[in-house]
Amino acid sequence: MKEKFTVSLIVSNHFGVLNRVSGLYSKRNYNIDSLAVGVTENPEYSRITIVSTGDDYMKEQVVKQLEKLHDVKKVVLLDRENSIGVEHMLIKLRITEEAKPQISGLVVEYGGNILDFSNEFVTAEITGSSEKIDNFIEEARKFGILEVCRSGLIAMIHGTENIMSVNDIE
Amino acid sequence: MTGAQILVEELINQGVDTVFGYPGGQVLNIYDELYKNAHRIKHILTAHEQGAVHAADGYARVLDKPGVVIATSGPGATNLVTGIANAYLDSIPVIAITGNVSTELLGRDSFQEVDIVGITQPIVKHNYIVRDVADLERIIKEAFLIANTGRKGPVLIDLPKSVQVSEWEYKNEAKVSVKNLVPSGNCDISEAVEAIKRSKRPFIYCGGGVSAAGAGEEIMALSRKLSAPVGLSMMGISSIPHSFEYNLGMCGMHGRYASSAAQANADLIIAAGVRFSDRATGNTREYSKRCTVIHIDIDASEIGKNVSPKIGLCGDIKTVIKRLINEVPEQKNAQWLKDIEEFKAVETGFTNGSFNPKNIINLINSSFDEDTVVATDVGQHQMWVAQHYRFEKSRRLLTSGGLGTMGFGMGAAIGGCIANDRKPTVLFTSDGSFGMNLIEMATAVSNNLPLVVVVLNNGTLGMVRQWQTAFFEKRYSNTTLDRKTDFPLLAKAFGAKGYSAETLEQLRDIVENKLDFNGPSLIDCKIDKDERVLPFIPPGGSIKDIVLN
Repeated sequence: MKEKFTVSLIVSNHFGVLNRVSGLYSKRNYNIDSLAVGVTENPEYSRITIVSTGDDYMKEQVVKQLEKLHDVKKVVLLDRENSIGVEHMLIKLRITEEAKPQISGLVVEYGGNILDFSNEFVTAEITGSSEKIDNFIEEARKFGILEVCRSGLIAMIHGTENIMSVNDIE
Repeated sequence: MTGAQILVEELINQGVDTVFGYPGGQVLNIYDELYKNAHRIKHILTAHEQGAVHAADGYARVLDKPGVVIATSGPGATNLVTGIANAYLDSIPVIAITGNVSTELLGRDSFQEVDIVGITQPIVKHNYIVRDVADLERIIKEAFLIANTGRKGPVLIDLPKSVQVSEWEYKNEAKVSVKNLVPSGNCDISEAVEAIKRSKRPFIYCGGGVSAAGAGEEIMALSRKLSAPVGLSMMGISSIPHSFEYNLGMCGMHGRYASSAAQANADLIIAAGVRFSDRATGNTREYSKRCTVIHIDIDASEIGKNVSPKIGLCGDIKTVIKRLINEVPEQKNAQWLKDIEEFKAVETGFTNGSFNPKNIINLINSSFDEDTVVATDVGQHQMWVAQHYRFEKSRRLLTSGGLGTMGFGMGAAIGGCIANDRKPTVLFTSDGSFGMNLIEMATAVSNNLPLVVVVLNNGTLGMVRQWQTAFFEKRYSNTTLDRKTDFPLLAKAFGAKGYSAETLEQLRDIVENKLDFNGPSLIDCKIDKDERVLPFIPPGGSIKDIVLN
């Protein structure tokens, strides 16, 4: 059965590493739904979060193949139960006089902020689960979406455990 | 020291005494150091970079240590690509060193610039572009460690010209570490032991991993203890002696009938160092349904990749098999061994006269001692060698298993010959495969290598023709080679000896009386173009679909 799953990686922070990781996905015929990358508190390492869709076979293979890459220091499979995940979105909407209060209301309802606006458009930021972002987009559609930019999911393990303390998959 | 000096010093420090390669504009500094250090490290100049990388691969296969190849930037580097992929698919430790344009010219489409690190990324264990000479010593040390640790494989180091000329101190003390590449072999084997105890028809299936681990003795000890026949993937050939009483030879698409039949009828398969390639297993979904599979491999990602085993044991094969031997009781399995004898009695024959591939291979086989390195190219002749040559010593078959690279043979034979103290070395090839890299005859001549190149010449691309016969109603699209090449004359043009044989008597006379081993010789053997490789299990099929005659 195919389902979405999230892989969290700690990798060496030097050029070409992202290419190795994404290249492995395409080489092994795995899809990538979203990918987010940024440096960690230690500048030697970056953290990559990749969301894919696949079955148990693919899940297991992704982790085992990623573990073989020299620049990959840690691979952890995250699921809904053991992790929290959020996405960040910038969305630019067309604006009219009558829609203005509705749009402001929607942004407030979703806990977002308006970052930029004029008489023709408004750009808002929304943070939350991927479903929440999807829902916002659906509700905003009627106003006219000019563009959307999503960060891709970033995720972390629940509780006091951290990615480096999780045991490797046997 | 300059970067080029550090490279050569560190290669010598790694125990490298022979490198293969081809010079060019962006490796001039490296070649200058090789010139100055010719008394410490020998460079074998090939005629084409592909020949050099196959030679490094063949060298590594024989000696169980990394083979090194050097090429210039751009086309020099891209000419290595097939050979690197070949080493990757067969898990052979090869260190490829390429020159590149100076760091300030990188990314500008400079003359002979390619992104070889990007190009080779999917076909290496790891690769590097060195941007700072201060990292060079560590990177070379790391490259050797990665190539030769755990599941082995190729590593490429791209060395821009500016790094080759930059100065840095060589202290030979750079610290390197690679993460847990080698599992301990202390995995839980209790389930495997129970499965073995329950088994009445055990079968051991060995791949290249058994050769890589040097675990042939352990496999034979387990086989004897369990009365379990052993089948081999193509990469597993020569991992245990042909004469070992339970060795049934290669199984799979073109495997020996008894070996494939034993595999199909087993209730337990102990698979060691294999990756269940589609050529070896046929329908992988069906494979593990009818029996219990215990899969032992050093690479965790192989377990469950192609076949879902009931029991996966990740670890060094030698260690794991030793532990199994200690825990399992002796088994007799008399009925199973009787079945095996019946499988062995099934004959699959050559029909087209006495000068057929089997007899040619047998004649050559009995004329050379068991220490002889035998290389092949790819196609029908490769399968015939895999089926009929009796390998007694490990690391003596050099063949392109995973990638199936036509043109592998000449380079591999050169590397293998040099690795085996330049003893007489046999290359079985065909008119098609030989045509791809025959220019390396020049290299064999320059180096006085005693190669015996046996061309099984049928005027066609035989394996493809065989498939056209079976699946395309004999529409022989572009597989009939209307060439007029005179191979013996061609050999002579290179400065080698050239012979041709049309009967076994002629072949025997050439082998016994004419070969002098002062340099390479070629024997052109004309065989029937409709000789097929049999048995044949069609792709995705099973033992039920086997074609015997």
